[in-house]
Amino acid sequence: MLSFDLLDDVRRMNKRQLYYQVLNFGMIVSSALMIWKGLMVFTGSESPIVVVLSGSMEPAFHRGDLLFLTNYHDEPVRVGEIVVFKVEGREIPIVHRVIKIHEKETGVVKFLTKGDNNSVDDRGLYKPGQNWLEQKDVVGRARGFVPYIGMVTILMNDYPKFKYALLACLGLFVLIHRE
Amino acid sequence: MNSLLSRLNSLFAFTLTVMACLTFGCFLSTAFKEYGAPVHIAIGRVSVKNMEDFTGPKGKSDLGFLTFDVRADLDSLFNWNVKQLFLYLTAEYTTKNNAINQVVLWDKIILRGENTTINLKGLRPKYFFFDDGNGLRGNRNVSLWLAWNVVPNAGMLPLLAGQGTGHVRFPEVYEAGRSF
Repeated sequence: MLSFDLLDDVRRMNKRQLYYQVLNFGMIVSSALMIWKGLMVFTGSESPIVVVLSGSMEPAFHRGDLLFLTNYHDEPVRVGEIVVFKVEGREIPIVHRVIKIHEKETGVVKFLTKGDNNSVDDRGLYKPGQNWLEQKDVVGRARGFVPYIGMVTILMNDYPKFKYALLACLGLFVLIHRE
Repeated sequence: MNSLLSRLNSLFAFTLTVMACLTFGCFLSTAFKEYGAPVHIAIGRVSVKNMEDFTGPKGKSDLGFLTFDVRADLDSLFNWNVKQLFLYLTAEYTTKNNAINQVVLWDKIILRGENTTINLKGLRPKYFFFDDGNGLRGNRNVSLWLAWNVVPNAGMLPLLAGQGTGHVRFPEVYEAGRSF
């Protein structure tokens, strides 16, 4: 009955309305993209919002928590900060805390990280022979925290079918729904 | 208009809106709070050795040893939007090689509801105090400070240093022996 109702809605639209619906859908997609890109400019980070994927920072962050990042280069890295960094050869960025920094007079910083819930530092996670991270490895630094919201992303990544189903439903709803 | 689906939909949307508003209110209610507190740090025995840095970098580096006391009452830092405190004790100093060095020597997590008074005596560092080179021997100006990262239920993640530092003066000669 439901699908029949929806299709009926479409059938009753004229051409003008149909164009409107499609444009409306385009608006939603492009404004989402604009917000994301705008955040990138505003925060200086290539990925301003990340989802925590591991338990290595427990009990501060659990799997599925959301972090807001900034990455301003004129604010140097200091100990105690939680940085999100990428290691060569690893796809997924890591969220850990800085426990050691050495800064040259020229401002070049090298630093070492460790997860609050890990008993050793991260040298075992870096690429073989790498002892320090540098500014270029940093994706961002954690500034804000919201619990649980990232669970949706984790669900979507773990069950791709669920992701496509959800996207299809939302897309259809926007296209077909009449205002 | 009033099908089961549309009712479920509006119920779900309403729940989400209320939760988002409450979370935002929780963040706003503590956004402008200052999380400062006095800290007392005293230094005990101090010595320095020169040995192979077995934690990673190659070559001989200075390894500092010290014992310290830390006293602080952090009860005032907790409110309804504080899930945990991450305390860390840092040694900060300048060397010939580096303008700024910061090494975390010790850390501790205090969850909400746990004991908030810190009173530790004769503590040794939890992590090795290796310098990046040989800048610890005879270094008269190593300061020790305690800082904390406030982890909220939802909101900002501020880092704040406590008021009060300790000063370490490393001796001019290396201690003999390979033990630590």
